[in-house]
Amino acid sequence: MFGYTDAPRDIYAGYGTWFNGERPEHLLVKAHAAEALFRRTGITFTVYGDGESNERLIPFDIVPRLIGASEWTRLELGVTQRVRALNAFVHDLYHRREILRAGRIPISLIEHNEAFVQQMIGTTPPGDVYTHIVGIDLVRTSENEFFVLEDNARTPSGVSYMLENRETMLHLFPELFSQTRVRRVNDYPRLLRRALSACAPRSCDGDPTIAVLTPGVYNSAFFEHSFLSDEMGVELVEGQDLEVRDGRLTMRTTRGYQPIDVLYRRVDDEFLDPLTFNPTSMLGVAGLMDVYRAGKLTIANAPGTGVADDKAIYSYVPTMIDFYLGERPILNNVQTWRCSEPDSLAYVQQHLSELVVKEVHGSGGYGMLIGPAASRRELDAFASKLAANPANYVAQPTLSLSTVPILTEAGLAPRHVDLRPFALMSPNEITVTPGGLTRVALTEGSLVVNSSQGGGTKDTWVLEY
Amino acid sequence: MLGSTAGRLYWMFRNLERSENTARLIEAGLNIALTRSAAASDEWASVVATAGSTDAYRSRYDTHEAATVVDFLLRDPQNPASVRSLYDVARENARGVRTALTRELWESINESWMTILDLLEEPLATPDLPAVLRMIKRESAYVRGSMHGTMTRNENHDFARLGTFVERADNTARILDVKYYLLLPSSGHVGSRLDSVQWDTILRAVSARRAYRWTDRGEINPPSIAKFLILDPQMPRSLLFCYRKIFDKLVYLDPEGALPESRTMADQLRNCVERASIGSIFDQGLHEFLRERIQDTADLSAQIELDFRFHP
Repeated sequence: MFGYTDAPRDIYAGYGTWFNGERPEHLLVKAHAAEALFRRTGITFTVYGDGESNERLIPFDIVPRLIGASEWTRLELGVTQRVRALNAFVHDLYHRREILRAGRIPISLIEHNEAFVQQMIGTTPPGDVYTHIVGIDLVRTSENEFFVLEDNARTPSGVSYMLENRETMLHLFPELFSQTRVRRVNDYPRLLRRALSACAPRSCDGDPTIAVLTPGVYNSAFFEHSFLSDEMGVELVEGQDLEVRDGRLTMRTTRGYQPIDVLYRRVDDEFLDPLTFNPTSMLGVAGLMDVYRAGKLTIANAPGTGVADDKAIYSYVPTMIDFYLGERPILNNVQTWRCSEPDSLAYVQQHLSELVVKEVHGSGGYGMLIGPAASRRELDAFASKLAANPANYVAQPTLSLSTVPILTEAGLAPRHVDLRPFALMSPNEITVTPGGLTRVALTEGSLVVNSSQGGGTKDTWVLEY
Repeated sequence: MLGSTAGRLYWMFRNLERSENTARLIEAGLNIALTRSAAASDEWASVVATAGSTDAYRSRYDTHEAATVVDFLLRDPQNPASVRSLYDVARENARGVRTALTRELWESINESWMTILDLLEEPLATPDLPAVLRMIKRESAYVRGSMHGTMTRNENHDFARLGTFVERADNTARILDVKYYLLLPSSGHVGSRLDSVQWDTILRAVSARRAYRWTDRGEINPPSIAKFLILDPQMPRSLLFCYRKIFDKLVYLDPEGALPESRTMADQLRNCVERASIGSIFDQGLHEFLRERIQDTADLSAQIELDFRFHP
């Protein structure tokens, strides 16, 4: 079935007219051309688990996802507000802990939180910025009704897809961009570099030296690490390239050791410094945290920010917005039952087959239960895991997510999507790039959009008006 | 630039150069095996020796059948010097230093890797072999062309070229060394048809048959083949040519001479070949001369890795 039959929203009208004028075979050829392009340029991610690592493509859908100008304005305000609150929360936790003392967030949630980094207590990062880069996962349930599903304040990934998806669309359908006014996303790397520079240590005079730290070529997001360093024009380093010398973090160049001022790390906290965290880590560099605490280095995002984005803390973000900003949340949370609380646990246990249950520290869609899609046996197995360690889980209702069209061999078909816009924070401003990563559940009826679980992506168009 | 980036570029191009030379060696071996079926097994053994894989091969196989040798040198994932393994490593290195490559160069190596993986997916039947070898050489040319056409002549380029010429010098010396006995002046007197097939093979292995014919008016004369491959200043695979390039690249990389070791070593190596005449080489002993150059090249390579901090 080609064509828009079920009354698309107004903003799609222009696109729909164009689409209906295209020959279906022609569009499918374009879809295959896009795939060949991704493979040739090596835009791949790595799947772990089946013995050897495997490079795969993330399926790309050629139908853009459209967001209207006024809708975006509200999202932008909501994301900015949320980032301000998250950053204030991290600062507070490592300093006076006022939100805990006021009893607004239970202290047990912090004390038992693996993402809390003791070494950060009393440390203020340059510019007081902890959450330099944040990705907020959103879903839409109806016109103008967005909910926040998840905050990503550690090392959010996916921004390279936002940029490459747009490049691909420009390459495949240049004519579409001349008739539809779409806001540009390709300033992101420049803005990222600017934000990181603005957060350089005070001791750094002149143009700061920035580097991107990657775990290496076998990491699932390696493409993105190399893409971003390339786009920003800064070195891509691994732990083995780094060494602490004379109180500075340095990188080993062909002409000696060069100091680094700002490290955009894509390595998790626990691997950053074997002297402070995991002693067996080969991914970080010994003594890094000493340099950091001495104020000679900026680490983005700051160590210990993970405490702000786990799924139990998530339910308190509206509280943070109220507590630190004195504002009402612009973007709502999805109702969340914290299984650590007896009443909530009881409710979740009774309604398991209707809920989505997630691990507090999980990511990538691993280890979660989607009640309505689970078999009896899966439900029983999950119920016993839940009973054994309730505090490890939170539950949410399955929302009636809106859908957007994708192109299938049989024509357009509706699928569920989410949206991850990216915010950049520096001491003076927070910028949200107009666009984001739209992930799409390619299986009919599925709600799981994670690329590790067979999800795809599509380009996100924020319209100028 | 990062030491590890320099190292990856250097090894990426060493691997690419080697894979191309291996394809050429097999092509030469195939040619001689077809024309002289009686001695085919010896010929394949010398192909394995030239590829520097004698020990690795013997630990797996007892005889030198064409099919096993070709499979071992082209497809065997357990042989780190098979074309497939070399391409895997080259592409892995390229992926690690994407930021140091132009988009065209990265895409060419990535596409070549996909093509070669595809070509070498199944064991190859002899009739298909010439086409596959031609493809391997063509992919190599494609990658090299992308490099020449798009890469800025900066340090990245210097390390890429350094890797190419170090590998090439080593390969040319090996090709000559495995056949050195054919090139001794005494064997020139034999002048039989069989031996001219052998000399022909050497020239094929370095893609220099036509160039040689123009150089020495087509006279096949062993000392002059040796002279051509060691001392010719214009032949891009001769030892002299490679050593001059290596020295030039090191001067670009280290204009102030702050890294005396590798630069001095490269200078000596170049001088030693520049000053030699084919007569003096034969007086010293061709075999000894080549063994020493192979060792010198390996030592120089180790010093380059050290001087430019490829490793922590």
